Amino acid sequence: MNKVSDDISKDLKDQPKFTTDIGEKDQDHHSFDLGEQTTLKKIQHFLHGNPTIVPVIILILSVIAFGFIAGGKFFSAFNLSLIVQQVTIVGILAAAQTLIILTAGIDLSVAAMMVLASVFMGKLSVEMGVPTLPAIAVGFISGIATGAFNGLLVTRLRLPPFIVTLGTWNIFFALVIFFTGSQSIRSSDIEVNAPLLHFWGERINLGGFVFTYGAFLMIGIFVFLWFLLNKTAWGRHVYAIGDDKEAAELSGIRTDRMLVSIYAVAGLVVAIGAWVSIGRVGSVSPTSFYEGNLDSITAVVIGGTSLFGGRGTIIGSLFGALIVGVFSSGLSIAGLDVLWQRFALGCLIIVAVGIDQWIRKVSA
Amino acid sequence: MQPVLVAKKLSKKYGKVVALDSADLELYPGEVLGVIGDNGAGKSTLIKVLCGAVIPDSGEILLDGKNVTFTSPIEARKLGIETVYQNLALSPALSITDNMFLGREIRQKGFMGSFLKFLDKKAMADEARKRLSDLGLLTIQNINQLVETLSGGQRQGVAVARATSFGTKVVIMDEPTAALGVKESRRVLELIGEVRSRGIPIILISHNMPHVFEVADRIHIHRLGTRLCVIDPKKHEMSDAVAYMTGAKQPPQN
Ligand SMILES: Nc1ncnc2c1ncn2[C@@H]1O[C@H](COP(=O)(O)OP(=O)(O)O)[C@@H](O)[C@H]1O
Ligand SMILES: [Mg+2]
Repeated sequence: MNKVSDDISKDLKDQPKFTTDIGEKDQDHHSFDLGEQTTLKKIQHFLHGNPTIVPVIILILSVIAFGFIAGGKFFSAFNLSLIVQQVTIVGILAAAQTLIILTAGIDLSVAAMMVLASVFMGKLSVEMGVPTLPAIAVGFISGIATGAFNGLLVTRLRLPPFIVTLGTWNIFFALVIFFTGSQSIRSSDIEVNAPLLHFWGERINLGGFVFTYGAFLMIGIFVFLWFLLNKTAWGRHVYAIGDDKEAAELSGIRTDRMLVSIYAVAGLVVAIGAWVSIGRVGSVSPTSFYEGNLDSITAVVIGGTSLFGGRGTIIGSLFGALIVGVFSSGLSIAGLDVLWQRFALGCLIIVAVGIDQWIRKVSA
Repeated sequence: MQPVLVAKKLSKKYGKVVALDSADLELYPGEVLGVIGDNGAGKSTLIKVLCGAVIPDSGEILLDGKNVTFTSPIEARKLGIETVYQNLALSPALSITDNMFLGREIRQKGFMGSFLKFLDKKAMADEARKRLSDLGLLTIQNINQLVETLSGGQRQGVAVARATSFGTKVVIMDEPTAALGVKESRRVLELIGEVRSRGIPIILISHNMPHVFEVADRIHIHRLGTRLCVIDPKKHEMSDAVAYMTGAKQPPQN
C-alpha cells in the first residue's frame, strides 16, 4: 500500500511521473513524502485500499465488548448459532442490496420482492396443487421479473432508484396482500403439502453449533457473488457503472442493459432468500420482513460499501449483517430494551457512513 | 485519395442550443487533422458523434466510403475508432489494467473462460504493461494500481495508451494535453507522431495553438457548430487561425 500512498502524495504535490523517461529526470522528488505523512493519513490510505477491514474490526470489537457485557451466555454455542440463523435472511437480502448499491443505486423493495416470491411459492404448491419445484421456479421468475422491472424503470424512465423502488416497494406489497388476502399460509399446511419449502430451515449440529442449511446457502451466495464481482467482466462492469456511469458508457459498456441485468440478478438472489425465509419462519406471512429493506441497507453500509457507488466488497456486507446480528443479540442478552438496540444500530450506521466519507476524501 | 472518415452535414441540438449545425469533416489516411475552435463551438460534440457517444439529429458518417451509424461507442470501437475523451472516461476505482480492457476483457481459455466467464487477469496485466511500455509510458510500477492513485498526467497516459493501442482505423483525441504539464504534453505529441507513423490517422482537438501547428497536417477550424474552413499550418500564421476562429477575420475562400 505504501506505493499507492506514495503516489497520491506525489499527485498532491503535482509531481507527474510518467514523463520522467523523456530527459530531465525528477528522481530527486521521488522520496520526499513518506516522512511527512501523519499516522492518520496512513490509516486513511490503508482503509481506502482495504474497505473490508473496517467492518471486520467493528465485528471483532463488538464480539469482544459483548463478551464482557453479556458474559458467557453470549459466547454459548446456542447463542452464536442463533445469531447466524437470525442473520441468514438479512444477509441474503444484503447480498442483493450490495449489487444495487455498488451501482450507486439503492433498493427499498428487496424485502417486498422476497415476500412476493415466497407467496408465489407457497400459494402455488400449498393451495393450488402445483408440484413444489415448479412453484419454486415461479417464485424465482417472480424475483427476476420484479428485479428487472426495477431496473427497467431506473434505466428507461431515468428516475432515481430511490424513487423507483419506493414506488415498487408499495406495489409489490400491495400485490402480496392481493394474492394472499392478508392470510398467512400456515406452517403445518406447508409441512403436509410442500415440505420441500422448509428444506433450508433444516438444522445440522456441528459440535454443539446448530446451523440451518440456509446459513450455508447464504455463505454460498456470498462466495458466488464474490467470484462474479471479482473474476468476471460483468463484475468489473458493476463497479465501473457505480464509479462513473458516463465513463463506463464511453468505455464501451452498455450501461442500461448492464443495470437491468444487475437488478435482475439481485432479484434472483432475493428469490432464493424467499425460499430460505419459508424454512426460517415456517409459514408464509404477508406482513413478515417489513424491516428487511432497511436492515439490508444497514448491513451493506456497515459493511463498508459506499452509498455513492463503485466502492465496497460483497464480503463486507456479510460482516455487516453479522455485526447487526451481534449487536441485537448482545444488547438483548445484556438486558437492554429493544429501543436501545435500535438506538445503537442507528449510531453504528452514522459512524459507518462517516468513516466512508472520510476514507473517500483520499481520492478527492 | 479517399478519406478514411467523412462527416456530412451533421446536426445536433440540445434543446434550443445548436451544438452542431450541418457540420462537415474529412480525415485522410495517415494524417493528423487538428480541430480548433472557440469554447462551445461544438468540437466535443462533433467528435462524440464520430465515435458513437452522441447520436446526431441528422447527417451521415462514412468510414472508408461506407455509410455507418453508431448507436453506442462500442460500435465505433468495433470498427477501430478509438477516442481519448476530454474527461478521459476512466473509472478511478478500477485498476489500470481493468480500465485498459474495460468492455473488451480477455477471458480465460477453455471451460473457465467460456462457461464460467472468468477473466484472464494475468494476460490482461501483461498486455497492459506491454502496451504502456511500448508507448514509453511505463514508469508506472504497478499495473494493478487503482487509477485514482495516479497523477493527472499518468491518467492521461492511460487514456491515451488505451486509445492508441486499440485504435486500428482512427484515433480521436479531445484536448489530450489540456491537463498536462510541459513535459507530459511533449510526450503526448510524440505519441501522436508514433501513431501516425503506424499509418493511423488522428483527429486532434486542442486549444493549444503551438501544439496544433506543430503536429497537424491540416487544421479544421470550427465555429458556431460548423466547419468554417480548413487551413494548411505551413501557409498560415497562428494569429490568423485565432482570428478566423473568433470571427475577427474572414477565412480564406477555397
Ligand atoms: N450534453 C449536453 N447537454 C446540453 N448542452 C450541451 C451538451 N453538450 C454540449 N452542449 C452545448 O453544446 C455546445 C457545444 O459544446 P461542445 O461540443 O462541448 O463545444 P466545445 O467542445 O467546442 O467547447 C455548447 O453550447 C454546450 O453548452
Ligand atoms: Mg470540448
